Amino acid sequence: MIGVPSSLLVALLAALSIGVSGVPGCLWRRSAAAGQPTAIALHMVGSALGFASLALFALEADLPNLSLGRLPVGELAFALDGLSALFLVPILVVSTLGSIYGSSYWSEREHPDSGRKLRFWWGLITAAMIGVVLARDAVLFLLAWEVMALSAFFLIGTEEERPEVRRASWVYLVATHAGTLCLLGFFALLVDTTGSFALWPSLEMESAGSRWLATGLFGLGMAGFGLKAGLMPLHLWLPGAHANAPSHVSALLSGVMLKTGVYGVIRVCGLLPEPPLWWGGALVAAGCLSGVLGIAFAVAQQDLKRLLAYSSIENIGVITIGIGLAVIGRSLGEPDLVALGLGGALLHVLNHSLFKPLLFLAAGNVLHATGTRQLSALGGLARTMPRTFLLFVVGGVAICGLPPLNGFVSEWLLYIGLLRAAASRGGSGWPWASLAVPALAMIGALAVAAFVKAIGIAFGGAPRSPAAARAHDPARSMLAPMFALASACLAIGLLPRFSLPLLRSAIAGWDPVLGSAGAPIGELVPLAWISGAGAALIVAIALLAAGIQRRLSAPATVPTWDCAYAQPAPRMQYGAASFSETLEKLFAWALRPRIATPASTDPFPGRSEFRHDARDAVLEGVVQPAFRAVERHFSRARVLQRGPVHMYLLYVFLTIVLLLMVAR
Amino acid sequence: MTEASAILAHFTLLLGMPPLLLGVINKTKAWFAGRNGPPLLQPYYDLARLFRKEMVFSETTTWMFRAGPLVTLAGVLLAGLLLPLGAFDAPVRFSGDLVLFAYLLALGRFFTTAAALDTGSAFEGMGAAREVSFACFAEAALFTAFVVLVRYSGSLSLTPMLHAPALGALHGLPGAALFLVAVALFVVLLAESSRIPIDDPNTHLELTMIHEVMVLDHSGPLLGMVLYGAAVKLFLLSALLLHLVLPITLGDARLDGPLFIAGMLALAVGIGVVESAMARLRLRYVPSLLIAAVVLCAFGFVLTLA
Repeated sequence: MIGVPSSLLVALLAALSIGVSGVPGCLWRRSAAAGQPTAIALHMVGSALGFASLALFALEADLPNLSLGRLPVGELAFALDGLSALFLVPILVVSTLGSIYGSSYWSEREHPDSGRKLRFWWGLITAAMIGVVLARDAVLFLLAWEVMALSAFFLIGTEEERPEVRRASWVYLVATHAGTLCLLGFFALLVDTTGSFALWPSLEMESAGSRWLATGLFGLGMAGFGLKAGLMPLHLWLPGAHANAPSHVSALLSGVMLKTGVYGVIRVCGLLPEPPLWWGGALVAAGCLSGVLGIAFAVAQQDLKRLLAYSSIENIGVITIGIGLAVIGRSLGEPDLVALGLGGALLHVLNHSLFKPLLFLAAGNVLHATGTRQLSALGGLARTMPRTFLLFVVGGVAICGLPPLNGFVSEWLLYIGLLRAAASRGGSGWPWASLAVPALAMIGALAVAAFVKAIGIAFGGAPRSPAAARAHDPARSMLAPMFALASACLAIGLLPRFSLPLLRSAIAGWDPVLGSAGAPIGELVPLAWISGAGAALIVAIALLAAGIQRRLSAPATVPTWDCAYAQPAPRMQYGAASFSETLEKLFAWALRPRIATPASTDPFPGRSEFRHDARDAVLEGVVQPAFRAVERHFSRARVLQRGPVHMYLLYVFLTIVLLLMVAR
Repeated sequence: MTEASAILAHFTLLLGMPPLLLGVINKTKAWFAGRNGPPLLQPYYDLARLFRKEMVFSETTTWMFRAGPLVTLAGVLLAGLLLPLGAFDAPVRFSGDLVLFAYLLALGRFFTTAAALDTGSAFEGMGAAREVSFACFAEAALFTAFVVLVRYSGSLSLTPMLHAPALGALHGLPGAALFLVAVALFVVLLAESSRIPIDDPNTHLELTMIHEVMVLDHSGPLLGMVLYGAAVKLFLLSALLLHLVLPITLGDARLDGPLFIAGMLALAVGIGVVESAMARLRLRYVPSLLIAAVVLCAFGFVLTLA
């Protein structure tokens, strides 16, 4: 076929194969056991096709758009550019590894009903996300976006019999539709400006009136995509949904679906060839807020999966800081800042899609083995689940941005970009950059606090419950995908050079002028030194261990020294709430935790209870009271909501008539 | 001096000098208290004794407990290769090495606190919680200080940054900004190396400790590595601070070497004086002190705008 980009066709075939992967299982009889292996096989075929298309993309140059036909409104237009290609990688990797993990975690045998549904939506959401990054038509984009959003709703509600799951998926549904509403406005404004449905246009905005238009586009786009990405304070659906979904679904949502929001934010910022400086500043500020408060919330959590969910909000904040730096660079015409900012942000997108699923899957192992997500009921898992412990530590070191793993590389790129911007005396990007450097440092230190808490309380010490004492590592099919993710974290940490071609084509795809104007990232930053430092660190640790190797392998023979307490009990260990108490008090102005401390007045106090509730300040402090107020004031409007379908059809008809009258 | 001998000198100072600082601090404190105090070289004797001993492990611990001191020491030693000592360049220097420097120290904190929680001791948990909490503000202060230094030197690498001629300014706005940064870095130094008024390394009550209580269960060579690693960290942060308070080079390696050593010893005496003259702060006031350090750096940053 001449003139048709083969890589794009292969990518669409991949989406098709993945999209239908769960269908056979739903059609076959319930007793048929072939549904699960068929789904995994189709998913893997699709994933292989997807990677083949990425390989083809690397060979082809300058791809035209592909149109498969017309919709009643809009067109089935697709294209593959550097930015889309980069986002394809996490989609393919995480969904495939997650489906393998799910075959044991949510097996056909244990969950015959919900398992079939889960696999159907799992294939559909993956295909829809591929559609989102490939779509080049506004209507097609929104269609793919809605399929993705609704599939996620059904995935979160997999265990619909539990009330807290229903509640979390309901909050998600409301939030995602609020976001879609903003996106409808965004695309309507965009189509109105350009006069076509084609994405992603480059707008020329000269007059004063169009400045308001650009501001409107930016605001609507940020609200719509920010809600999906989980930027604070638009994160309100995220912690509940991530905590209550099955763990591999949490991994997919956090590792990949949030990134479609990031993809949208990057595209919105690329609409103007020279965006105003304040766009970049606003993004940097939003990123700092989301990062610091996100991880502060994570520190305060008592639920392992909620802790991980809040840390996703932090990572989205870090990514947003990078995007903001790139926008600042673009508006100042400095290619180095574009390369470092967007390069750091996109590498962090890739990295976060490796270590966060790793951590969620490890949390899944813990939940599988102990039946609880509460840190205060865990402990001692390092001895009972040694492999899960090792994998969780790898993920924890990586997510804290510590050398020698991949999180350090992306944060380092961001630091270099921010410090360069901060050092420039002439330009006007320095105030934002100077603000972001200490914020990023604080985010890093708070992340250490959050993940040392998760590791130390859940895995360290002695078991706090019988369930934790009986825990064991899961089957190999659950551990293998996690080892793959952990090795990828180490590989990018030690050899970041190999991620550069992907980043470079993505940056050039975002900013055709500045993206290829300056020096490539490989020349801006000495990545070889980072590889060397990582290797040196590992060698140094090994040498130190070898020096005292004989004595290091001495058997453990005594109980822990507890400062002369004769009989230390597991309940006397430092708990999750006490570990974070200092930081929680310092951030109480934002966290607003509910803590009930027993008052002891009697000389011989009886039984008393300490309660600690790390609730979400935005959802439970602001949004729900507001919704309740709306409910109170608008209860009269319920007469319209009686339930019969024909009435609703009438409303739709009347609305259309009204709109036609207004539009004339 | 040739490149090879400079690297040799750097390694010798980095590996050999840190325990001496502890000895000087202890001697200063003893002098204030009117005691003779332990010999100046006592920290070396202690380390030698610990490295000869066997180790005892708790039944609760795993490999994380053993990895803690190893990773921490490897991290601080590698960080030491990135920092210029006095007038001598660092053996390893590249753009962005200041971030690696700070993050190698943070890696040590991650593994020290995780190893503390691995023992299941309530006291070690307390120490770990304090360490990670206070670090949030110490880290922010350190990086704000870096922003000021980067703005004055225009370099993202520690060696050219700390050797920039702008750091020699003792008067005017740059002098004032660097003074504020130096004070803030001194607070960070005291916090990160667990000295009074943030932490008291000699206190007898475990409930009030930070660093010492995290390593209660370590023994033998691993305890030696913990103590040695802490001394190296003190040495590195002091050397970083010394560039600000003594930005002088004599241009001759035979003079610059002794000048650096003398400066470091004077700084150790200064820490000893602070420890003798002050009481430990109540733990709830420690964050306020560290936030004050961040604010000092922020004021320093404001002065760079002029």
